[in-house]
Amino acid sequence: MSLWVWILLGAAAAYGLKILGYLVPASWLKHPLVGRISGLLTIGLLASLVMLNTVSVDQGIALDARVGALVAAAVALLLRAPFLLVVIIGAAAAAGLRLLGFP
Amino acid sequence: MGLSVTIAVSLFGLSFGALAVAAGFSFWQTIALSALMFTGGSQFAFIGVIAAGGSPAAAFSSATLLGVRNTIYAVQIKAMLNPAGAKRLVAAHVTIDESMAVSTAQEDPAEQRRGFWVTGIGIWTGWTAVTALGAWLGEFIAEPEAFGLDGAVVAAFLGLLWPRLKSVEPWALAVVAALVTTLTIPVVPSGLPVLIAAVVAIGWGLITAGRGGERR
Repeated sequence: MSLWVWILLGAAAAYGLKILGYLVPASWLKHPLVGRISGLLTIGLLASLVMLNTVSVDQGIALDARVGALVAAAVALLLRAPFLLVVIIGAAAAAGLRLLGFP
Repeated sequence: MGLSVTIAVSLFGLSFGALAVAAGFSFWQTIALSALMFTGGSQFAFIGVIAAGGSPAAAFSSATLLGVRNTIYAVQIKAMLNPAGAKRLVAAHVTIDESMAVSTAQEDPAEQRRGFWVTGIGIWTGWTAVTALGAWLGEFIAEPEAFGLDGAVVAAFLGLLWPRLKSVEPWALAVVAALVTTLTIPVVPSGLPVLIAAVVAIGWGLITAGRGGERR
């Protein structure tokens, strides 16, 4: 029963953290700096999420088939492939490398 | 964009469902994590701590730390879409990595709105349903990694970042953020590397503000 309590507490905390961001007064977001920082924040967060999804395992770093997916996706983007094709190429690269025996 | 991200990410629910049941969670506890906590990184941390023999309180702490980045996403979504009333309560629940990424990657306000809702609601529905399937099938299912789904997620985030890299400044920031993330992953608790990258981006904006840096 106690695990249920912690699951529900965890869900409540997760929602609380999300709604907190929406409670920031709208007037704070009108400052001209906010527009610029928001654009930079998107770039910083996306770049961070790319690396997190490419190299992280549990509490460390591993270089595996995901790195191949990253390179293949970058090449596809350089060749102006559409988004959906880029995603499929990423999956194919990772799956293909694993078939060849990469971790 | 929203749909392809939704499909790739939702299929990871198979792993989550199967791993949660293997870690000792009941079918309904597993569904509750996906439907109610609904933030993938936190959910995997929660079941990971329990699977490793940690206490539920420790699982709660790790999961909550990983959820802090959603607060930053929420501020961004509010600045962009400013949902009000009941819509805001729903928007908060579906504010996650992917809905933030797909919506902020768009230039046009209507596309930002569509991207946020399609991805947010789509993943909530798909992720919860596929979690149930994974929990039901348990250990009989193959690893999604064999189909390269983790590669698809990497490619999707890069594809969302790519259109923003139009000049030297965004490239420089992206490289710094990527480096900072990679270097901090092994040394700080999970959840912090993304927050550190966010602090770097905000600091970058504040420092360059006085120099009238160009937008984007």
